[in-house]
Amino acid sequence: MADKMLSQQGLTPQEWMDRDFWGNRTKSCLCLILLFAVLLGFYSNVFSLIPRRQTEKSQSPEAHHVQGRRESLTLSEGDGHLDSCRIPEVPRLLYPKAQLLKPLRVDVLVMTPWFAPVVWDGTFDSALLDVQFRNTTIGLTVFAIKKYVVFLRLFLETAEKYFMVGHKVIYYVFTDRPADVPQIALQDGRQVVVLHVGNYRRWQDISMHRMEMISNFSRRRFLREVDYLVCLYVDMKFSDHVGVEILAPLFGTLHPGFYAADRQSFTYERRPLSRAYIPRDEGDFYYAGGFFGGSVPEVYRLTTACHQAMTADQAQGIEAVWHDESHLNRYLLSHKPSKVLSPEYLWDEQMLQRPPLLRKLRYVAVPMNHTEIRSR
Amino acid sequence: MVVPRGGQSSGQCPVDKEHPFAGAQAQRLPPAMHCLRLALGLGFCLLLGITLCSLWMYVENWLLVSYIPYYLPCPEIFNMKLQYEEEPSQPVAQSQYPQPKLLEQKPTELLTLTPWLAPIVSEGTFNAELLHHIYQPLNLTIGLTAFAVGNRYTRFVQHFLESAERFFMQGYRVHYYIFTHDPQAIPQVPLGPGRRLSVIPVPGPSQWEEASMRRMEAISVHIAKRAHREVDYLFCLDVDMAFRNPWGPETLGDLVAAIHPDYFTVPRHQFPYERRPVSTAFVADGEGDFYYGRAVFGGRVARVYEFTRGCHMGILADKANGIMAACQEESHLNRRFLSHKPSKVLSPEYLWDDRKPQPPSLKLIRFSTLNKDTARLRS
Repeated sequence: MADKMLSQQGLTPQEWMDRDFWGNRTKSCLCLILLFAVLLGFYSNVFSLIPRRQTEKSQSPEAHHVQGRRESLTLSEGDGHLDSCRIPEVPRLLYPKAQLLKPLRVDVLVMTPWFAPVVWDGTFDSALLDVQFRNTTIGLTVFAIKKYVVFLRLFLETAEKYFMVGHKVIYYVFTDRPADVPQIALQDGRQVVVLHVGNYRRWQDISMHRMEMISNFSRRRFLREVDYLVCLYVDMKFSDHVGVEILAPLFGTLHPGFYAADRQSFTYERRPLSRAYIPRDEGDFYYAGGFFGGSVPEVYRLTTACHQAMTADQAQGIEAVWHDESHLNRYLLSHKPSKVLSPEYLWDEQMLQRPPLLRKLRYVAVPMNHTEIRSR
Repeated sequence: MVVPRGGQSSGQCPVDKEHPFAGAQAQRLPPAMHCLRLALGLGFCLLLGITLCSLWMYVENWLLVSYIPYYLPCPEIFNMKLQYEEEPSQPVAQSQYPQPKLLEQKPTELLTLTPWLAPIVSEGTFNAELLHHIYQPLNLTIGLTAFAVGNRYTRFVQHFLESAERFFMQGYRVHYYIFTHDPQAIPQVPLGPGRRLSVIPVPGPSQWEEASMRRMEAISVHIAKRAHREVDYLFCLDVDMAFRNPWGPETLGDLVAAIHPDYFTVPRHQFPYERRPVSTAFVADGEGDFYYGRAVFGGRVARVYEFTRGCHMGILADKANGIMAACQEESHLNRRFLSHKPSKVLSPEYLWDDRKPQPPSLKLIRFSTLNKDTARLRS
C-alpha cells in the first residue's frame, strides 16, 4: 500500500523520505513534545507535593533570619505541648530591655512552680507578643441560650474594642435563638459565626453542656478554622485590653473570689463519689469556669474529659457542687495549665472590693438579675 | 527501498509509521487514524511522564541522603513525637506539695519572667518535686553534646562526665555525645543505669576559632543523622566546665538559653554583640534582651536543629563575605536568640564563672567553669 501511494505521488523513495521527515513528522513531533511537556509539568506538580510537604517547614531557616515569614505559635514552658516545628521569628523591634535584677511585680506571684506565667499587668510587653503571634487566628466561644441573648450586644461591642485587637478573630455564638443575635459592626479580619444549638430547662444543664458542645465543634470545625480557642461567659463585658498575652497551649483564670484563699477553702467538689473530687490537701488554684482556653487540641481534650466526667457523674446520680467549674478544676489540677491569668481577667465589681494589686480590670461581670434571666 | 511501516527504527514518533506522507496528504487520512495516533501519543507521553517522575523521586531521595547538612527538611517525626500524647492517659500523679502562694513576696531577687512571658529559671522559682512528677512519667531521653576537639579539651572530659553523672538529670535516660578528634583520648567513665555515651569523631582543628565555628554545623548534622531518633531534648554544653549542683527537668523547654555570667548586670549597649552591619550577626544599638552564653543552650531536638542550622547559615554567609564575628559563634547565637526568642531562659546559676564572686541574687550555682589550673594539675 505504501508503494502504491508513493507511485501516486511521483516521488522517489529517497525524496519521499526527506520530505516526509521534515514535513508531517515535524508537526506531529512538535505537538507531541508540547503535550509531553504539559503532562510532565502536571505530573511533577502532583508528585512533588509529597516530598515538598516535608521541605516546606525547613525553608524558613534557609531564608536569612532577617527575613520574616509565616510563623507558628510561641509556646510557654512546663508542659511540652507542641503544635509545630518552629519558634516564631520576631523582626527588629525597639523596646526597653528587661532588667534581670529588677523584678517587675514584687507584690504578686508571676510564675507558678511549674513555670506557667501568671499574667498580671506589667509582666509582659504587648508589642513584642503581638509580633510573635502575628499570624494567629483566635476563636472565641460564647453561649447565649434563652434569655442570655440580651448580653450579646454589650459583649460583642466591648470585645471589638478590647479583645485581641489587630488579630484575626472568629466569634462563635452558640444560641437557640439565632434571630436574636444582634448585628455588630466588626473590624477587619473578624467575623461572627452563629451556631444553632438546642437548649435545656435548667441553667445548670446549659452550663454543663457547654463542655459537650465545645468538644463537638472543636473536632468538627474549630480545628480547621482557628489556632486558639477562648471560652467565655456571656454575661460579662470587656473593660480593658485582653490580648495575645493570654494565649498558651492551655490556660485557666484565677477565680476572683479565691485568689487569696487557702486550698482547704476552695469550693472544689469534696465528695469522693464524684469524678470532680479533690481532697482537702490538694489543689493549686481555684480556676473560674468563665474564662479558659488554649490551643484547639488541648481545649478539645479538656472539654471531652469534662463532659465524660459529667456523664459518669450523672450515671451515678450526683452533680458536682459548681457543675462544670468543678470538673474544670479537677482537670486543671492534673493537667497543669501552661499559663494562669490573674483576676484582672475575670472580676465582679459588685461582689468584690478591688484591691490595689489589680492595676486593671479587663473582663468584668455585667450586673443582672439572675433569677429573672434564668427562669425564662 | 525499505519503507517505514509498522516497526519504526528510531521509535520516537510512533504516529509516523502510519503516515509516511507529506502534511497535505495527511489531511486526506480518515479521522479515526488521526485520533488513534493522538491517543497513542498521549499514552506514550503518560508512560514517559510517570517513569520520569518516579525516577526523579527516587533520585531526589537518594540525593537527600548525600546532602544532609543543607537539604534535610525538618523531619515529620517531630510533629508526631508530642509530649501531650502521653498526658491524657497519664495525668500528673497526685503529689503532696505546698500550695503556691499568690500574694507572698518572692524569695528570689531575680526577674522570673521575660517580657515575652518565658520563665527565667533560678533557685526558688520552681518546685523540683512537682516538675519531677510531671516529667518522670514521660520517659524522656535527654541528650548532652560536648566538644573535646583539641588536646587541651580532651583533658576536661573526665571531670565533666563524672560531675554530669552526679548532677545532670538524675533519674532520666541520658545520652552523652562527645565530639572529638581523638576517640582514644576519651576516658572510660562509669555510667549509671539508663545512661549511655557515644563518641563522635570529628576532624581535628587547625586553629581554635575554626573548631568553635564548626560546632553549630556538627550539631545540626548530628541531629539529622542520629540524635533526632535517640533523644527528645538536647543540651549543648561546653566541656571545660563542671556540674556543681543538681541540673534537672526545670531546664527542659522548647528552646532554652542561658544568660552569660559576665553580662547579666550590664546594660545592653555594652553587650559584646557584633556591631558591624555587614555581618549577619549584627545587632543594632537599641536592641537586645540578654547576652546569652554559648556554653549552654538546648531544647527540644527539633528546635535545636533549626537553631543550629540557622546559626550555621549565618556563619557561612559571613565566611563568604570574608568576615568573622566579634565573639565568633557566640555573636551568631545571640543574634539568633534575638529574633527567635527562647521559650525558657536559665539564670547565670546555670552558667557561672567560678572566678567571679557569687552575688546574693544567685542562690545555687549548678554549672560553672572548671578552674583551668586544677585541670592541669589533674592531668
